[in-house]
Amino acid sequence: MRTWKVWEQQLARGISFLAAYSVIFILLFLLFVVFSKGLKALSWETIFSLPKGGYYFGGEGGILNAIVGSFYLSVGATILAVIIGVPAALFINVQLIRLKRTQNTIRYLLDALWGIPSIVYGAFGFTLMLLLGLHASLLAGIITVALLITPILVRAFDEVLKTIPVELQEASFSLGSTKTETALRVIFKQGLAGFITALLLAFGRGIGDAASVLFTAGYTDNIPVTLDEPVATLPLSIFFQLSSPIEEVRERAYAAAVVLTFFILLISVSARFLSKRYAKNIIK
Amino acid sequence: MITYPVFSYQKAKRMVNHQEKQTPIIEIKGLNVRTREGEILKNINLKIPRNKIVVLLGPSGCGKTTLLKSLNRLTDLHKELQVSGEVLIDGVDILKVSRDLPAMRQKMGLLSQRPFPLPVSIYRNVAYGLKLKGIRNKDLIAHSVETNLKRVGLWDEVKNRLNSPANSLSIGQQQRLCLARGLAVKPAIILADEPTSALDPISTRIIENLFKELKEHYTIILVTHVLRQAVRLADHVVFMYYGDIIEQGHPDDILKHPKTEVLKKYLVDGN
Repeated sequence: MRTWKVWEQQLARGISFLAAYSVIFILLFLLFVVFSKGLKALSWETIFSLPKGGYYFGGEGGILNAIVGSFYLSVGATILAVIIGVPAALFINVQLIRLKRTQNTIRYLLDALWGIPSIVYGAFGFTLMLLLGLHASLLAGIITVALLITPILVRAFDEVLKTIPVELQEASFSLGSTKTETALRVIFKQGLAGFITALLLAFGRGIGDAASVLFTAGYTDNIPVTLDEPVATLPLSIFFQLSSPIEEVRERAYAAAVVLTFFILLISVSARFLSKRYAKNIIK
Repeated sequence: MITYPVFSYQKAKRMVNHQEKQTPIIEIKGLNVRTREGEILKNINLKIPRNKIVVLLGPSGCGKTTLLKSLNRLTDLHKELQVSGEVLIDGVDILKVSRDLPAMRQKMGLLSQRPFPLPVSIYRNVAYGLKLKGIRNKDLIAHSVETNLKRVGLWDEVKNRLNSPANSLSIGQQQRLCLARGLAVKPAIILADEPTSALDPISTRIIENLFKELKEHYTIILVTHVLRQAVRLADHVVFMYYGDIIEQGHPDDILKHPKTEVLKKYLVDGN
């Protein structure tokens, strides 16, 4: 009996060990493939210059259009998502505190929205674009990506707000706060670290998504000056270059992938750093 | 010749004050709180006298906390609670107030079982309520922060780190900070829901001593199920059992000469 228990314990430990390290291995392997292939093609010119004529057929230039375009699009979409998402998450947790069923229904709907594939958002954004009389542009891309990341932002922030003890709200109310004052001055501050994580999570999803912008943002070799102009993005840049029959262009796709991966890692590290910094006031 | 009694202004003021002190600060009439599962408070009728420590005593789940939270309508946060009856605070029924609810709540400072300082600095915790009251004068706020931290005996411990997060304080200090924060908005009543249950004996004694000092100016309603604490602090004891008030009166009468079997049993084995 005792031997079996020891064996069982060791088996469980072995499986956990394997599972944990296989995740780390996959991540490291992915980074190795992307970086080993991409670093060869990566140069200052790739990062800091716009594509010149025939770039996608092996011509000179870089992917600055896609780097800046991705940044514009993700920042714009994240701002829009924050404007909608933060009041929504606070509303669910403060104003609807007594209406558990309504809270749960909204959460269920947001989870469903989170699960919808991004290509569907792309198709929806395209329909919306036609309805609004827009053409493929930075604005249309921003709206579509904002639609994609808003549920992510709301639910991620909502999960943080859910953990805030009701007694903290009671403390605020008993000092004479209204619901809005409690939401903004107490609940938001208590959830600030989590909000930053949610924000960067949503930003990371926005910058890395290709399908939602496929029909809506267009593609251009230039950096857009107005919201009305089409915009290039890193995921689409990778997609177009990887589809090329020319070996050199395919390698450049990996260079673009290195840049995108670097941004995602940077976002992830920043999220950890910032959330730790803003967690100092949190009441546990 | 008819002679009229001559009243001086001071004498008249003393009479008004005396009269005011005789009227209860809180009057609860027919208060019922229920959920779908059943009644939590059953037809509660209670008068809370001014400047006294009123102890709500009873076993867990008897409705003490619900009664306390009904007084400043924190029951509003729980939809499952249906509240009816009257809770008159200085003659105004708080259950019927809508727009003035935040101002009514400022009349009652709250201390919960575990201290919940706000997620800001020590200074801003005490200043929070003042800012809500619309006070913007920085000197006035600084003065109030200092006065109230001194009042709860915390000033010397924190005066050099007022901008540190409130969560950097010990639990006992946090509870005193919460008390200072509540006192800063100048309430008339302090609602204390087992405020020493998470504290060590030294911090407990500090809070208890503070209550004894504060009752000069405030009415304190204290929820506890620690009999010895009730003996040490109470001016008036209300014993509750399953949502009912079973007995109430002076602690000597209630705790030394209980009339009901339920209270006798509670005093013997605390259940």
